[in-house]
Amino acid sequence: MAVGLPENVFLTKLDAAASWARANSLWPMPFATACCGIELMATAASRHDLARFGAEVMRFSPRQCDLLIVAGRVVMKMLPVLQRIWLQMPEPKWCISMGACACTGGVFDTYAVVQGIDRFIPVDMYVPGCPPRPEQLLAAVIEMQNKVKRTGTVYGREFAERTNPTGPPPFDRDELRRLREASAIEGLEVYTPPKVSAEL
Amino acid sequence: MPLTLADTLPTDANEREYLWTLNFGPQHPATHTTLRIVLTLDGEKVIDALPHIGYLHSGFEKLGEHLDFNQYVTIVDRMNYISPVANEIAWHHAVEKLLGIELTPRCKYLRTIFAELMRLHDHLLNVGTAALDLGAFTAFLYGFQQRENIYDLVEYASGQRFHASYTRVGGVLFDVNNAWVDRVRKFVKSMPATIQEIDKLLTRNRIFIDRTKGIGVLTKEDAINYGATGPIARASGVVRDLRKDEPYLAYNELDFKVICAEGGDCYARFLVRMHEMAESLKIIEQALENIPEGPVNIDAVSDMVLPAKPAVYRSIEGLIQHFEVLMPNRGYEVPCEELYAATEAPNGELGFYLVADGKHRAYRARTRPPSYIHFALFPHMIRGYQLSDVVAVLGSINIIAAELDR
Amino acid sequence: MLALKTLHDRFGYEITESSFRDNRRYTVPCGKVYHVLEFLWGECGFDMLADLTAVDYLEYPGATDRFGVVYVLVNTTTGQRLIVKTHLNPPESELPSVYPLWRSADWMEREVFDMFGITFAGHPDLRRILSPDEFTAHPLRKDYPLKGRGERHNFPVITRAES
Ligand code: SF4
Repeated sequence: MAVGLPENVFLTKLDAAASWARANSLWPMPFATACCGIELMATAASRHDLARFGAEVMRFSPRQCDLLIVAGRVVMKMLPVLQRIWLQMPEPKWCISMGACACTGGVFDTYAVVQGIDRFIPVDMYVPGCPPRPEQLLAAVIEMQNKVKRTGTVYGREFAERTNPTGPPPFDRDELRRLREASAIEGLEVYTPPKVSAEL
Repeated sequence: MPLTLADTLPTDANEREYLWTLNFGPQHPATHTTLRIVLTLDGEKVIDALPHIGYLHSGFEKLGEHLDFNQYVTIVDRMNYISPVANEIAWHHAVEKLLGIELTPRCKYLRTIFAELMRLHDHLLNVGTAALDLGAFTAFLYGFQQRENIYDLVEYASGQRFHASYTRVGGVLFDVNNAWVDRVRKFVKSMPATIQEIDKLLTRNRIFIDRTKGIGVLTKEDAINYGATGPIARASGVVRDLRKDEPYLAYNELDFKVICAEGGDCYARFLVRMHEMAESLKIIEQALENIPEGPVNIDAVSDMVLPAKPAVYRSIEGLIQHFEVLMPNRGYEVPCEELYAATEAPNGELGFYLVADGKHRAYRARTRPPSYIHFALFPHMIRGYQLSDVVAVLGSINIIAAELDR
Repeated sequence: MLALKTLHDRFGYEITESSFRDNRRYTVPCGKVYHVLEFLWGECGFDMLADLTAVDYLEYPGATDRFGVVYVLVNTTTGQRLIVKTHLNPPESELPSVYPLWRSADWMEREVFDMFGITFAGHPDLRRILSPDEFTAHPLRKDYPLKGRGERHNFPVITRAES
């Protein structure tokens, strides 16, 4: 080695450096809709203290955040809002789906509740539980940091290939059968939601 | 004085041109969860507010028609999620009234203790977040510290820290032991210090008083006419508390005061909550002293409650009984009737209108959610005040979105 | 204590009384419900409407009417409760709004409209409240399935590459 490096200089890849910085300063956007939101609060509050992991800067504007934490069930009327918030967040961005409801609909298998947000927006990390204990959410945040460090790139190349929704297709076979049965009762006029876009 | 739209809306067409519209929510930190208000403003002054709700409407009542009386308790839990056990108590209060069940004394006391723990649970969070929205962070953290202790107590008794699903028709899931009682005692001892701390932080805090006193005034007549109940009505001088007026559980054997205030502003509501916490502590203390020994579930032969698990696994009678209760066309008789039954939940009158058709599940399980009725008051309370008062009023009426939208 | 006789004298003999546990109920024909409620409000001191809801009796054993609408009244001075009930059958699905008497009826009537499709004449702002504005069904009717008709799946999908 001809060139000596001074002690305070180290070599790394640009990707790794960027990911390291990003991972340790995740700014969550708490999309707290229901009971899980209270556990999210508990995670940030005195006993569990999310700040220990560098993710305490909850920003309530999606434009300043890079980690969307969906805590609680998302219903028909809320989903367009959620999608719009997701679209408004700047790249690179990640999403944690917290609680059984956000992951799969949980106990609410009813007409109004979306059966898993991953059918409609991308999700990186699932936290099971109803509600997940704060420790579980902390674990998810740590795991998220690892994921960012492992796969992150400066320009977000890793996202480009993911063109499929993360969740199951919106209509599974059971659902289709039920739909057909339901429409046999009366003329089916299914509600169509408004279009979403990031613009105001 | 509360104003109507006719008072606040400028009459001059020119001035009306200057009004502007602000959308608040559905994703906003001060809404705590999900609600949306469209405000019409004249500069900083609120001319009108138009709430839009339903952003968390998840079909609770429809689900209640498909689950049996014991199963539905897991769902009502999720209704007012900052005082879950209070909902369970209200739901099973209605069911037990329908079936004509008289609880055992121990169960009554146990449920009373839980109901009051939940009142502390709710008020701690509410006082904390009401202050948080006005910029005072510390009270929230102090409150949460004690809430964690309540979580621990609930977890110790039921196995789940948040949604306990603790009550059952005719009893509770598990009886508690003396260790639990000691833990509650310890908690009750530590609680006054917290109340005092919050008191010191807020009650005489100049900024807090300026932001809440005289804001969001609700008169007594309006409170009644708009159907307000609970701390909000009591802060306006309505002397009405179902614990005293229609005593249920063990409340008629315990000694406590109904806290009322005059003024009906945000500050009065804060004070009512603070004092109610002290009263709750008193109730818990008395209930702990007097909690009777004996079975916690009603007579197991009555085909109403599930037998204890060891009995199911080790004896044939227990197993048969287990099936008797669970089979859809066996077990206890349900009358073909309907009734309305209410309890005093932390937030106000939480009632259920229950229609039964002889099956083991409700034909219709309507909830009377206090938040829903209180939120309808909001436009009335905010007209004529400033934009920054919106969060103060919202914080003081304690809207829980899942209860609001069900 | 209000006697049934007073109501009979004023509003005719179609009003019936029943009770269950501590609930006292008057069943009133739907044409007269507003007048009865106005009387209870004005002269009997029932100054609070605690609850207003509806029940769909489509599958109820032995029921003759389709909808029942229930008003739970409270007299805040005496603490007395009273339930007033009325029945409706589909071609007519309109009741007079009680908004002029109790302001709390505002949202509760909107909810009944949203969930059951019962309209209230004279309500200042009768829109859907819990479901989206463009929603087409009335979810709490008994002929609407629990899992809906696929509305919950009818959204555009956003994938990673697009956002
Ligand atoms: S997962 Fe459970 S705790 Fe979380 S929002 Fe759903 S019901 Fe509530």
